[in-house]
Amino acid sequence: MSFAKSLKCRECGRIYEKKPIYVCEYCFGPLEVVYDYKKIKKVLTKERIIARKENLWRYKELLPVDHEPTVGLNSGFTPLFEAKNLSKKLNCKKIFIKDDSVNHPTLSFKDRVVAVALSKAKEFGFKTVACASTGNLANSVSSHSKSAGFNCYVFIPADLEKSKIISSLIYGVNLVAIEGNYDDVNRLCGEIASKYKWAFVNINLRPYYAEGSKTYGFEIIEQLGWRAPQNIIIPAASGSLLTKVYKGIKEFEQIGLIKKSNTKFHIAQASGCSPIVTAFKKKSEIIKPIKPNTIAKSLAIGNPADGFYAIDIIRKTNGYGEVATNDEIVEGIKLLAETEGIFTETAGGVVVAVCKKLVEQRKIKRNEEIVISITGNGLKTQEAVEGKTSKLIKIKPNIQSFEKIL
Amino acid sequence: MAIKVRIPTPLQKLTDKKAEVKCSGKTVIELIAILDKKYPGIKERLCDEKGNIRRFINIFVNEQDIRFLKGKNSKLKDGDDVSIIPAIAGG
Repeated sequence: MSFAKSLKCRECGRIYEKKPIYVCEYCFGPLEVVYDYKKIKKVLTKERIIARKENLWRYKELLPVDHEPTVGLNSGFTPLFEAKNLSKKLNCKKIFIKDDSVNHPTLSFKDRVVAVALSKAKEFGFKTVACASTGNLANSVSSHSKSAGFNCYVFIPADLEKSKIISSLIYGVNLVAIEGNYDDVNRLCGEIASKYKWAFVNINLRPYYAEGSKTYGFEIIEQLGWRAPQNIIIPAASGSLLTKVYKGIKEFEQIGLIKKSNTKFHIAQASGCSPIVTAFKKKSEIIKPIKPNTIAKSLAIGNPADGFYAIDIIRKTNGYGEVATNDEIVEGIKLLAETEGIFTETAGGVVVAVCKKLVEQRKIKRNEEIVISITGNGLKTQEAVEGKTSKLIKIKPNIQSFEKIL
Repeated sequence: MAIKVRIPTPLQKLTDKKAEVKCSGKTVIELIAILDKKYPGIKERLCDEKGNIRRFINIFVNEQDIRFLKGKNSKLKDGDDVSIIPAIAGG
């Protein structure tokens, strides 16, 4: 039984049937899934959620599937914990980490969106799935496509980190590296998607795919004891994760699982690719696309599709946006590793660095609780920190040699 | 020679299901006006009431986003390739 009623244009409000379509025919606005919240309210209780398995499908009534989910049955429900050492280091009262660097099976938050997109692709009857990716999505689509039995085409910019390339190739998919940046990959995939009838998870399945990100927010609420946090810092490439976490919190309010909340949403981007933060700071109505130049390749989208909506949310929740330079990203990665024992990828480094800045600038008060979003794993972007860690100690195999270095 | 324009799926209902059409125009906005004469209604889809290109539409001239050129006033010449592509989510 489905609780997702239809698709609706976020710009002009026109309603569409649930099909593999993603833009409004009239104004090109993005389509979004709308639900029957009255019906959901009757069936989705805390007790029912708690009794279910610990994966992202425990909130399935708020996800756009018409039948029982078939993909990503072990994805989601990653740890949320208080980061005491980091809090102390940054002189903050309480920082929590929501840690998708250990998401199943490909170690990033993309396992959430792909679980939903490929379950939906099965429902629509597609045989081939595809995506345009900065790396993490590529890994996740590659992995899930095999376990779910799809043919798979994955398109990436040619300059990706080696580990992200191998972590897609290992599944035996068709990995196509395009000479250009992610925005070039996107443009080409837009053209391919209109020619080939494939399930492009972040193109024609985008309305369904994006809904998977809500589960990151649902879990934070559940794991905090059924309440929304005071502050959350979210990294942004296209801005989709931030808008969906916000939507998730509002949905939990609407169906009465939590009281009305006033979480402040803060956005983190790399200084070499910050079209959303730049527009936010300039109070501009236009998001000017840029050519990305940053080590945070997973955030390197110069033309962010959900940027307008992300800015809107930051403004209305009294949040802020800040950027991190390449050096600050590396420092952020190291800080999280040295305080909390978590090795995150460059996007996580951006979030830690931005958290530090927002606290230092008093944009977030030190006595307020902060959730930081760690969305990917450092094993995939080792190049970013190579030569910047402590040095390897080499010795001869005897005790004297060892004691010399003490 | 003319200018080749790639039409995205949502607009192909207006172009007799053609994914690619030939057109002319000295600038992007002029090309849209000429397209609208051939395929009435297309301008309204691409531009808002003020005549600006809608914010969720990306237009590329020879693979270059027109926002890196001169926006709707970006120059065109015979043989150019124009792509109209809706915005795409992250990855």
